[in-house]
Amino acid sequence: MGGGSSGVNDDAVYLDSRVLLRTPRERLVYAALAAALLALPFLLPTYYVGELSFIFIMCVASLGLMTLTGYTGQVSLGQAAFIGIGAYVHANLLTLGVPLPLALAGAAAGAALAGLAIGFPAIRISGLHLAMVTLAFSILTEHVLGRWKSVTGGHGGMPVPDPSLFGWSLGGPRAFYFFCLVVLCVVLLLLLNLLRSATGRAFIGIRDSEVAAQGLGIRVGRTKVLAFAMSAGTCGVAGALLAHQTQFITPEAFGLALSLQLVLMVFVGGMGSLRGAILGALLIGLLPSLISEFKALLPRRISEQSGLELFVYGAVLCFFVLIEPRGLNGRWLKLRAWLANFPMVRQTSSRPTKVYMHSERSR
Amino acid sequence: MNRTHAIEPQLAQFAQLALQGLAAGAIYGLVALGLVLGYKATEVINFAHGDIVMLSAFLGWGMIELLHAPFWLALVAGTVLVALLAYGLEAGIMRRIVGQPQFAGVLLTIGIGFMIRGAVSMSFGPDSRNYATPWTGQSTHFGALVLSDLSIVIVAAALGITLLLYLFLRYTALGVAVHAAAQNQLAAYLCGVPVKRLNSIVWALSGAIAALCGLLLAPITLVDLGLWMVILKALAALVLGGFGSAPGAIVGGLIIGLIEQFAGVYFADGVKDMMPYLVLIGVLVLYPRGLFGEAHGRRV
Repeated sequence: MGGGSSGVNDDAVYLDSRVLLRTPRERLVYAALAAALLALPFLLPTYYVGELSFIFIMCVASLGLMTLTGYTGQVSLGQAAFIGIGAYVHANLLTLGVPLPLALAGAAAGAALAGLAIGFPAIRISGLHLAMVTLAFSILTEHVLGRWKSVTGGHGGMPVPDPSLFGWSLGGPRAFYFFCLVVLCVVLLLLLNLLRSATGRAFIGIRDSEVAAQGLGIRVGRTKVLAFAMSAGTCGVAGALLAHQTQFITPEAFGLALSLQLVLMVFVGGMGSLRGAILGALLIGLLPSLISEFKALLPRRISEQSGLELFVYGAVLCFFVLIEPRGLNGRWLKLRAWLANFPMVRQTSSRPTKVYMHSERSR
Repeated sequence: MNRTHAIEPQLAQFAQLALQGLAAGAIYGLVALGLVLGYKATEVINFAHGDIVMLSAFLGWGMIELLHAPFWLALVAGTVLVALLAYGLEAGIMRRIVGQPQFAGVLLTIGIGFMIRGAVSMSFGPDSRNYATPWTGQSTHFGALVLSDLSIVIVAAALGITLLLYLFLRYTALGVAVHAAAQNQLAAYLCGVPVKRLNSIVWALSGAIAALCGLLLAPITLVDLGLWMVILKALAALVLGGFGSAPGAIVGGLIIGLIEQFAGVYFADGVKDMMPYLVLIGVLVLYPRGLFGEAHGRRV
């Protein structure tokens, strides 16, 4: 909000710059997207509706990690721990008879508390060390979830009650699809607004230079912990949805593999953009289905083995690190710029600048 | 008299646990040593290191059980093959991301690790298997204590490799060049050290150590896809020993091994598996310098 004493006209100007969709074309495109998303569950077979719900859930989780890694610059290889905590808190609250919206809030709060716990050490460490602490935290959480039988049912897992809101069951594939879509939109709008507020700008400041951020009066430690808590809370919501998606949760589902998958989504999508988080979740979420379609073309000896999926994940990750470090979003921006200036395109305008060894040993 | 009788079995158990812990810790230390070498040269923690260990175990199995090669030949051939592979990885892939943030190195090595694991799973299948070594099934008694010969070989190998590495880094021209490049790449380059080739050689060395670990570890734990997880314990060892210190890696590994063994007996069920990670978090949060870390102010 701007200064208080200015007239009505100034307020109108501020309002204009606060609008999320500025041009008529943007409004048209997003309206078409919304219409398509609303129509899809009625057009697609049930299997794909479920698959789309899963991708929406992954989008929520990936948005959570993007806030932390893409915007605040804090590496986390243990995000699955927060998803797991969210899932178990949600399932337990539902089992106790807590209504769905409250349980969802509880899942977010529980995960955010865990995020606070891991965020405090994060004030002191960064980079590789933080990557290792979060990695260890993820493994520890999986162990604890497996051992704490009275609450989590141990490795045998625990069933998740069907979701219902004000007496309506949301358990069916279509209803659950819309439920996930609504949650995704709410999370997306909240983060979109958060990231252009003072807090969001502080996140970006810390990512780009902690020293400069401190010089500008940003409380670096507090902001980092806040970023961890927000990211963890978002992932907790994703965990609650994931619990409904799978209907039965086991600790193994929230292990290292899921953590790394999320990192993959965020990086492949493109660091530092919410659109990237969604594009990445879309690509990585669809990858298993694409691979199984593609398997028919391969010789039987290879297609029957289980390692193919992992191999493709690795290849995709290597490809993006080496060839397109700015991810799908970067590619999309380049494509848009290319289309916008079509006849006057210069090859050199999108060439990466040359970089040299920059030691992080004694910063 | 009665009291000594009551204490003696406990003491024997304690010593036996310590011995087993040291044997397990030697492996962690050796894996961590490979990580430290790569980190010193290129400032990248090679998250694919565990997968290289796993790959070498499968290569060893292939050579011994499929090609009927003698164990010693498989040991040498496997080490050389994996060292060449690691050399190629550095020269062909890792070199391209020099200058990018550390996160790029983390992701790239994770990606390479996924590819290795996927490729091994595709070509060998997911089943566990085993192969025989000259020491399989034998054990040595030290008074009341028993230790399998394979474990003794591993401890000896760990100490031998550490010693060789120390002599190499201290007394050969190549070793001194590695030190120089690790401390200041530009200055080393200006003094005529071929930094690029050196980095590849260090990766090859680290790959060779990983191969030895894999080939010696597999007969104890089975040749299995899950073998890559040894890197997680090695990371704990690395952190405990002080990031980037070679002797620290070995000592850290031994301590982690001991902690794990004792936690398994004296603490509640399940704590054993969590201990290395608790140590990792604890050290990084409370005392990030580690046991043998560099003293000058480094922001971690």
